[in-house]
Order: sequence, then C-alpha cells, then structure tokens
Amino acid sequence: MTIRGRAHKVGDHIDTDLVIAGRYLVTTDPAKLAEHLFEDLDPDLRKRIRPGDVVVAGENFGQGSSREHAPLALVGAGVQAVVAASFARIFYRNAFNNGLLLLECPEASRGIQDGDEVEVDPETGKIHNLTRGERYQAKPLPPFMRELIQVGGIIPYVRRRLGLEAS
Amino acid sequence: MGMTITEKILAAHADLPRVEPGDLVECRVDMLFANDITAPLAIQQFERIGVEGVFDPDRVAFVLDHYVPSKDIAAAEQCRITREFVGKHGLPHFYDVGRAGIAHVLLAEEGFVAPGELFVGADSHTCNHGALGAFATGVGSSDLAAAMATGRLWFRVPHTLRFVFRGTLPRWVTGKDLVLRVIGDIGVDGARYAAMEFAGPVLQQLSMDERFSITNMAVEAGAKNGIMEPDDVVLGWVRPRARRPFQPVYGDPDASYAAVYEYDVTDMEPVVSAPSSPGNAVPVREVAGVRVDQCFIGTCTNGRIEDLRQAARVLAGRKVHPDVRLLVIPATPRIYRQALEEGLIQVFLDAGAAVSTSTCGPCIGGHMGVLADGEVCVSTSSRNFIGRMGHRGSKVYLSNAAVAAAAAVAGRLVHPDDVVREPVAV
Repeated sequence: MTIRGRAHKVGDHIDTDLVIAGRYLVTTDPAKLAEHLFEDLDPDLRKRIRPGDVVVAGENFGQGSSREHAPLALVGAGVQAVVAASFARIFYRNAFNNGLLLLECPEASRGIQDGDEVEVDPETGKIHNLTRGERYQAKPLPPFMRELIQVGGIIPYVRRRLGLEAS
Repeated sequence: MGMTITEKILAAHADLPRVEPGDLVECRVDMLFANDITAPLAIQQFERIGVEGVFDPDRVAFVLDHYVPSKDIAAAEQCRITREFVGKHGLPHFYDVGRAGIAHVLLAEEGFVAPGELFVGADSHTCNHGALGAFATGVGSSDLAAAMATGRLWFRVPHTLRFVFRGTLPRWVTGKDLVLRVIGDIGVDGARYAAMEFAGPVLQQLSMDERFSITNMAVEAGAKNGIMEPDDVVLGWVRPRARRPFQPVYGDPDASYAAVYEYDVTDMEPVVSAPSSPGNAVPVREVAGVRVDQCFIGTCTNGRIEDLRQAARVLAGRKVHPDVRLLVIPATPRIYRQALEEGLIQVFLDAGAAVSTSTCGPCIGGHMGVLADGEVCVSTSSRNFIGRMGHRGSKVYLSNAAVAAAAAVAGRLVHPDDVVREPVAV
C-alpha cells in the first residue's frame, strides 16, 4: 500500500525529548502522547500534521532517550512514515516494533521541502516528490527488519517463535 | 583476526565461535530491567505476547526512579501498574521508593551486573554498566518485553571505536570531562550503532564512579554500548557484590577497530557542554561568566559518592550564591547514607543546598527542579537538549560535580580553581 501525504520537515539530531517531552511520559496512550508531539521543537507543528502525513528529517533522527513513547506519539498523530538521512539506533528499533515505517534516504532528506506532497512505497523504498517531480530511492531494509514488518513487529514475531501463533 | 571484548561477549551469548561487525545475532540476556516510565509499556507488550510468566524471575528487575516519589496522579498510576505486575508474578527484584535509587547506579551497586555479562534495560543510559566489562545497552519497552518473555534478544554486532587516554589528569578533570571531550570531538552521532571501547593508563587513575560516568554517556555519541576491559579495580569492586559467578572477558590483541582515537589528558581543563547538545563541548573557561539560576548535582551520570565528595570539596565553608538554587540528589539510598556518614550532607545543607531523596526528577524536567523560561542550569546530568529540564526557553550546561558546585557559589560558570583559590570566609 502506498503512503501519500504532506511532508513536515525537521532538522538534524532531533532527539526524542523534542519528539515528546519528558513531562508527558506519564501515559502510554498514543492519542494523548500525540497531543504534545514536537511541542518543544515548534509548538505549532502538531496542528499542521494531518493523519497520513510524513515527517522528513536530517541526520540522526531520534537520538537520546529510549522512550518508546516517541514512536507512539508519531503513530498517535497518524504519521505514516519518517524519512531521514539517518536514524539513532534505539529509536530505529522502537519504531519498527510499533509498526512505524522508517526510510533512510539522504537524497530525499535534502530534496523534500516542508509542505511538499510525497508518495512513499514501503515495499520498494521508492519515494516520489509530487510537488517537485523528483524521485528518490531509500536504502533497502535489512532482511530481518523486513521480516519484522511483515509479521507486524517484535510482539507477533516473538509469539511465532514461541509457537503461540501460526507462522 | 581476533575479536574485541564487545564481539566476544556477543558471540558467547549467541553460542557462536565468532561474530563480525554487521552480523545479526540472537543473544541470551543475563539480566534486564525497566523503570517506572518504561515498565508500564513493557508490561502491556509482555501481556500481548501471552506467556505465563517471565523467562527467569531472578534475572528481571524493576526500579521506580524517574517520577518518584510520585509527582502527580498520572505518575502514581504508572507506578501502580508496575507494582501490580511485580506482585502478580512474585518478582523478587523490585525497588520502590525509599529502597530504590537511580536504576543504573543501584543495579551495579547491588551486584546485578558483572564482567562478561549481557545486560539490557529499557532506559538509554543502560550503557552505564560497560565500565564493569559487560555488554550493556538500552532498548525500548517492546524489545524489553520480548526479552522478558524469552530471555533472548537480537542485536546487530557493532563495529568498535577505541578511545585511549594517556597522561596525567589535572586537578578537577574527571571521567565526565573525558567523555564530554570525546563527544565534542566525534559528535552526537560519531559513534552511531558502534561500540565505544575506552582504554589507556588514565583509566587506572579513575575510581569506578568516574569510569561509570564515561560509559554512561556513550549513548550521547549515538553508541550501542560503552565498554572497558575489567582490570583489578573492576574485579575488586565487583567481587564482593556479584550475585552470580562470572567470567571476565578481554579483547584479543589482534582485534580489529574501525578507528582508534588517542588523547593526552595532561593539559585538559574541566569541560562543559553548552546548550543544547552534549556535543557542544568546550573548556570551562571559554564559557566562564555565564550567569546561572540553578545548579544540579545528581543523576545516573554523576550522582555517586565520588561526585558528592568533589562537590563538597568546593562547597566546604562556602555559601551558595543568593541568586542560585543548588540541588543535590544522591543517586541511591546507600550513597545518601555514606554522604551523611562522611559529613557531606552537612556541608551541602550548610552551604544552602536542597538535598533530596534519590530520583531522576530534574534531569528529565519531570519534577524537583523544573526550569522556567530563560533560566540557566549547570547540571551534572547527560543531556542538555531543548526543553530537557523544563521550559523550551531554558538552557542547560553539562559539567562535572566540582564545576556545578563552583558555579553555585560564584553565581556564574567558573573554573573550580577560581572559587577554591579564594580564601574561605570564616
């Protein structure tokens, strides 16, 4: 299924405190967390994000705290994918474990501007910038990450491994 | 080609003769833990897996440390979820208010981590324990839930960057200053996905407390883990504490490193990371004069007894500047008690500091010292991101404990020598 939405551009080294501030970590409800998404980065950004949109970031997106509330806040706001030049490692695992698609693509990170209409194919990693008529190719997902996505994240993966779910 | 200590520990826990950077391996986990923020989500995910109980109750710990004593009703509800889970499953290693400290400091103190072991925690600063010669890394709540159910977790074997410190440490220069300097040099993603291995004769000059501050901040350079080979200081520290027999692991002489960084520390001065990145590391004199509103000595990075002693050395016989609040939070009840017995708490109270029960509180802008718009804090914590300790307009400078104490006395950032040199008012 292709993802199509508006791009919201953020910078390099966006930490998980900026995604969701520490003071809001007293719930695990994605909808409640989403109310405060990116609040300390730009208090108005949350209002501009519509379900189906895509976040486009620079280097090292998701650095810092291991809080899984960060991908949950993005999922709660309806963000379909994050495209970045690179990702911090704990955030990378947490996002896939929660079914949030991450695509590593420095060209898209540079080429896509705030507000551009973009189309992302999760299967092939092809990114189409409809506003600018540009096409980018994200790095292919490692086979294990593809397997994780196919089964729906780490929890169904573990259930299968334990024989609690048919594979 | 030989293996690094990190590669050897991962290979042993995957029951493989050898591993190489980039390999995906599934490893046995020796010990795991979650805190009051990450446990409720881990418990939710664990229950979705649908197993009867955790893989081994003796290898699971829960530590309530972030928003405790509960700052509000919502935080209290999160703690209750963890307490109920612990009760239901009869888990023996549960640390609640009064007996809990900051998890990374507490769990090492309690002997839950030993050389050669593999330790995961739902908290990014779990890399702290690498100072003991263990592979320790932070994960999210879902990964922790998977490990709780199966006792196993997948890892990509990291490449290793080696940092070698030589020379003689000047006065007031600590492990914290070394790690801030390294992060300043390689950047906040300079070790992304990598293992940071710290080595060199300078480590011999460092207490365990100072070594922990180094590995604790490996994640601030994007690393998967920070690690040191276990020398006599480590073995002497861990032997009376360890709860299980352990086997120290050392890297091979012909191990391969992606890069080696050499440092001579002899001419260093204390380092401060300016707002709003741990990577903005500068010698303290470059930012001397910056006016401060609050100073905070505590956290998993620098809330240990050696940090409190360094702070007391600066504060003894002096007063906190009238325009500054100084917060001192010993990382665990044991450290609090030791500080009391050594007379350090008396020094802090006499100086006009607020001394609190163990909590992560101020470091995450949660409670116990939240900053207002425009306020400046010198903090011994590990992160100075925008809004980290309060309002998004507040600013945090990261430092060692002596620099934070000196700033509290002077009311501005200074080299500790510039405070301690002045005669003490009688």
